[in-house]
Amino acid sequence: MTETNNKTKMNNNSTNNTGIGSKGIKGKALKTAFPHTIPVMTGYVFLGITYGILMVTNGFPFYLPTITALIIYTGSMEFLMVDILLSSFNPLSAFVTALMVGSRHLMYGLSMLKKYSGMGRKKFYLIYTTSDETFAVNYTAKIPDDVDTGWFYFWVSLLDQSYWVLGSLAGGIFGSFITFNTKGLDFVMTAMFITILMNQWLQDGDRAKDFFRGHISEFVGLGASVLCLILFGADHFIVPTMIVILVCLLLLRKRLDTGNFGNEKNPEELLTEGEKEWAAIAKASEEESAVTVETLEKESEGGES
Amino acid sequence: MTTTQKIITIAVVVLATVLTRFLPYILFPQGRKTPPVINYLGKVLAPAVFGFLVIYCLRNVDFTGGYFGIPEIIASAVVIATFVWKQQMVLSMAAGTILYMILVQTVFV
Repeated sequence: MTETNNKTKMNNNSTNNTGIGSKGIKGKALKTAFPHTIPVMTGYVFLGITYGILMVTNGFPFYLPTITALIIYTGSMEFLMVDILLSSFNPLSAFVTALMVGSRHLMYGLSMLKKYSGMGRKKFYLIYTTSDETFAVNYTAKIPDDVDTGWFYFWVSLLDQSYWVLGSLAGGIFGSFITFNTKGLDFVMTAMFITILMNQWLQDGDRAKDFFRGHISEFVGLGASVLCLILFGADHFIVPTMIVILVCLLLLRKRLDTGNFGNEKNPEELLTEGEKEWAAIAKASEEESAVTVETLEKESEGGES
Repeated sequence: MTTTQKIITIAVVVLATVLTRFLPYILFPQGRKTPPVINYLGKVLAPAVFGFLVIYCLRNVDFTGGYFGIPEIIASAVVIATFVWKQQMVLSMAAGTILYMILVQTVFV
């Protein structure tokens, strides 16, 4: 489905390019893009295979990992799907989990707004396939002037997704033939999320003034989850945890919001009229909640020690 | 879950994921500034959710009985230690998972 869509996109886009033949432009962009995706390939193929095996050894058909890899295409959410599909039917909880797990895409989208504008028909696919790694490559890549940026972004997105989907397919097929004892294989998911958390943790270390404040988001996540797990039990703690996390982070905003999200300019200088209104509203609501923040911080500090 | 319920669940997850990807482009087309609170949430939500995901994976571990979560603690410690040491995601995942499989298959049966 996606494959055929891509092909039509390619044909339609070739008319946009003047001068050099469109094949040359695509080929050159592919040649430039491919080396950027090699590090992603290792990770995606490995994770994809693991995901495929995990799904199949949990009793799902071999094609399910491939399908979900294509249409969900968020590794963390797909791994969670194994558990979600094995538990009782709860679409609300699944929806909320996917929203929160995908919340980081908001940030990616905001960062790519400019870069992905004017991409024509490719734009839909570029947005649909935004993943952690694709975003990282496309956001940071220094594309040479003689290479078409649209095609560069497109190839990176397509190659990355192919690695993931092919890995999942391989894992799904391979998993069907596994004869060794797979007990304990499920831990791969825990291991994956620990490495993701550690990666975030080490990144946040740079801007850490002190241990607690530098990692306050992580502590809020861990603390809220443990608290809700104890209060609501393993089967019903997802939605309450998400609410507690959201409320805590909004209450802590005054303390945490430095405004410098990836741009070094003073945030005040960038404000438009509309934003100033937002800022004023936010400030007013923050002042109201200032007392609550203090109580909350005391509680969470007490809870972590 | 029945097959229909599984399809609904997958559809709901796809919808939510697609929503998070397209929302910025729908709400803030070129030229329109994003409210600071959205920028803020986009930044701080992810680390918190990653923390949740780790706890979610360990939600069924019994720390008060059985093996008191000892295999999980050992394997998690290995994942953390190897990641801090080498920062290689694949290496840490493989090391932790293989160790965990050995532990639950031979020692903590």
